[in-house]
Amino acid sequence: MLELKQISFDVTADGREKEIIRNIDLVIPDNKLVVVTGPNGGGKSTLAKLIAGIETPTGGQILLDGEDITALGVTERAKRGIGFAFQQPVRFKGIRVLDLIRIAAGRRLSVADACRYLSAVGLCAREYIDREVNASLSGGELKRIEIATVIARKCVLSVFDEPEAGIDLWSFQNLIEVFRHMRETIQDGSILIISHQERILNIADEIIVIRDGEIVAKGEKDAVLPSLIGTPEAVRRCEGGTIVEGEDALW
Amino acid sequence: MVKLDEIQKRLLMEVADLHEVPEGAYNIRSNSASAGRRSTAHIEIVSKTDVSGLEIHIAPGTKNESVHIPVVMTQSGLREVVYNDFFIGEDADVVIVAGCGIDNCGTQDSEHDGIHRFYVGKNAKVKYVEKHYGSGDGTGKRILNPGTEVYQEEGSSVEMEMVQIKGVDDTERTTTASLAANAKLVVRERLMTHGKQRAISTYVVTLDGEGASADVVSRSVARDDSFQKFDAKIVGNAACSGHTECDSIIMDNGRILAVPGLEANDVDAALVHEAAIGKIAGDQIIKLMTLGLTEAEAEEQIINGFLR
Repeated sequence: MLELKQISFDVTADGREKEIIRNIDLVIPDNKLVVVTGPNGGGKSTLAKLIAGIETPTGGQILLDGEDITALGVTERAKRGIGFAFQQPVRFKGIRVLDLIRIAAGRRLSVADACRYLSAVGLCAREYIDREVNASLSGGELKRIEIATVIARKCVLSVFDEPEAGIDLWSFQNLIEVFRHMRETIQDGSILIISHQERILNIADEIIVIRDGEIVAKGEKDAVLPSLIGTPEAVRRCEGGTIVEGEDALW
Repeated sequence: MVKLDEIQKRLLMEVADLHEVPEGAYNIRSNSASAGRRSTAHIEIVSKTDVSGLEIHIAPGTKNESVHIPVVMTQSGLREVVYNDFFIGEDADVVIVAGCGIDNCGTQDSEHDGIHRFYVGKNAKVKYVEKHYGSGDGTGKRILNPGTEVYQEEGSSVEMEMVQIKGVDDTERTTTASLAANAKLVVRERLMTHGKQRAISTYVVTLDGEGASADVVSRSVARDDSFQKFDAKIVGNAACSGHTECDSIIMDNGRILAVPGLEANDVDAALVHEAAIGKIAGDQIIKLMTLGLTEAEAEEQIINGFLR
């Protein structure tokens, strides 16, 4: 279980201090899939980075299963079982998909075992296992490999930052299935997804809405989701939305 | 065959992946003397009479054979210049493994300058692997100055893999190649320098015949206070295609100078160069840290992959 207590995060830009996250209190319970949503620029990705340790909060406490991890760095949090899938997956020259999955698993997996993680995200494993994680992979392929690295870690908390960003509609359909499967097979862990997509919100146990750095709504999916559909923000985003943020995008 | 000691065996493994005597033709040079040689039915190795070095004659049509000519030096203060000439017959398809390992525990500099000339016959295929390695904790420098000249006849293909990852204090590598019609040259250079090392790599590839192509790619890492210079020039004298690329990571106080050069003397010469130098991207390190590696482990993984 992850708890955020009065978490704040300020940055200084152009000599002025700006609050990105304001006094957020939040609990991610075990064995739940929680989706954080809200308008762009509202602080969602920052919240994910604060949980992974990539950013350090300017105030408040983060507890993982009761342990205060606020002062711990990225590596220490990873070792305690926090996984993080980047919104824009990182490319590496020379590092193969197999290498990355082995690093993620923390042991020298057999090729067959590594392939299972790729199959779990809908990739034909044999075609990808020896490929480099470089610019030759498409956005959708990279995204799925990124998710496979998080699954391979067997995390107590897996954080996915906008898994739908930058992928084509076809890959998105598969992605929903991947998360649905993760939700169904969740065991001694929890999943946190940052997303704009109604179809991802639909598979959530709980939804948290963040706007201007604050939680403006949270609760069971059935209680929160109806209030989001058809809001003025949703309509505005849809009009200007791209294909990925298209018809189902709420923000 | 002369018995090799443990250090010499270790050097052999580093530069030629050799644990024992190799299959096929070989000549092992140890501290300026031949420590063993074997010619085969199709590959003849003979000593030069005028200067130090070898002539390696590969008969036309020789297929799937290999030649190993590694050099190891363990005596401090040795300096040598060796000339090895390879005559590769038409339609041959061979692998040539060279390489030099120096272990210098003494105070005097050790230096091996290997000058390799390749005369590659029509439609012949050559894969050439050259690894350099240095070890030893003496104050004497380990110096390697390889010179490589490649003369490719029509339709021939040469793939060169040049690797220098550790322990060589000072290198000046000069590679020249001239290619006739439809000949193809691929060079993959991997280099890592550290401490106060200096490495200079110069290529001049001349594409003389129609349909000739060259692809010269260097991946390098400069750490500590080391310095590298990559100077690659491709000259297009016919309807040909050429590409050079220098892709480098700098760390600590490392310095790299990339000097890509293209010279087109024919309107149908298509030549491209790319050069990129920079430190390891921060998000690469963070990604690997989110997988549980420390910052130092993440850097090591990134560099190992980059120089693979």
